[in-house]
Amino acid sequence: MPLAHPVTLPSLPWCPTQAAEETRPTMSDRHADPRQWFEARLEPLLDRLYGTALRLTRDPDDAEDIVADAVGKAWRRLDELRDPSRFDAWLFHILTNTFISEWRRRQSRPRPPSGTEPPSPDDLDAGDFTLFQQLHQPFLLWWGSLEEQFFNSLLQEDLQRALDALPAPFRVAIVLVEVQGYTYEEVSRLLGIPLGTVRSRLSRARSLLQKALWEQAREAGVTSCHPGQGGQRS
Amino acid sequence: MSTREPSCEEVIERLFDYLDRELDHLQAADIERHLSRCRDCFTRAEFEKRLRARVEAAGTVKAPPRLRHRIRDLLDRFDDQADVPDP
Repeated sequence: MPLAHPVTLPSLPWCPTQAAEETRPTMSDRHADPRQWFEARLEPLLDRLYGTALRLTRDPDDAEDIVADAVGKAWRRLDELRDPSRFDAWLFHILTNTFISEWRRRQSRPRPPSGTEPPSPDDLDAGDFTLFQQLHQPFLLWWGSLEEQFFNSLLQEDLQRALDALPAPFRVAIVLVEVQGYTYEEVSRLLGIPLGTVRSRLSRARSLLQKALWEQAREAGVTSCHPGQGGQRS
Repeated sequence: MSTREPSCEEVIERLFDYLDRELDHLQAADIERHLSRCRDCFTRAEFEKRLRARVEAAGTVKAPPRLRHRIRDLLDRFDDQADVPDP
């Protein structure tokens, strides 16, 4: 079955190149033993497939469903993969389309009427908050750089929590661009939204994400040793 | 090569386009030239790059054993159905 929204496979920075493909340990031949060939390439991608699905869905069960569904589709369509060195990008593209199809299906479900409709995420105004402006000092402080403190204290779970808290359209946009490496044009086609909306959602997603990380950092005391830095600038 | 080096404001305005690889080669070269000369903009760009790397890393999470078993069972079922593709 062709993909619903054909998109050029992205040049993902973490995807192996043709050279990497050639230097991999000898594995079974794709034609002689397709199952072993498929599994050998799937295995090193599984944590990234699951993590990406988890960031997109926020739900471990949904993430497992989407990964399993995508892997099943990929196996059934293996003969459509012309360039074996593009296996990783091809599989992630199937995963993305699987998620988007399910997301659209859920969004199209009728919702029970409520007293007040929630505002559209595109109407949210996150301002132009930047974490850098909160943390950066133009001169070296004897107690160390707040930027370094921030990165040293930023746990991966904190970042995941902040990402997961973003409204779905913002979260999906930032995951597609920053985690998966799609271009704005590709995201526009994948989601069926104008390019300007992609840019707007990304910008707001980044402001909201950075503001959430700033609040987490303040709660963790990252700024507490900094005289005169009470977070008043936010 | 373009004839005018972008200002700090222009570089910061286009920083995410640059980091997202949305600029063409000439535009990216303009930004890189500015970043190589401007300490403030370079520091900002490095900060956003580091944060972006952490966001990217959030897309990798240990897959549960249950998912691995599920995928193996799924592929076994396809094998049982003799639905082996012929690449």
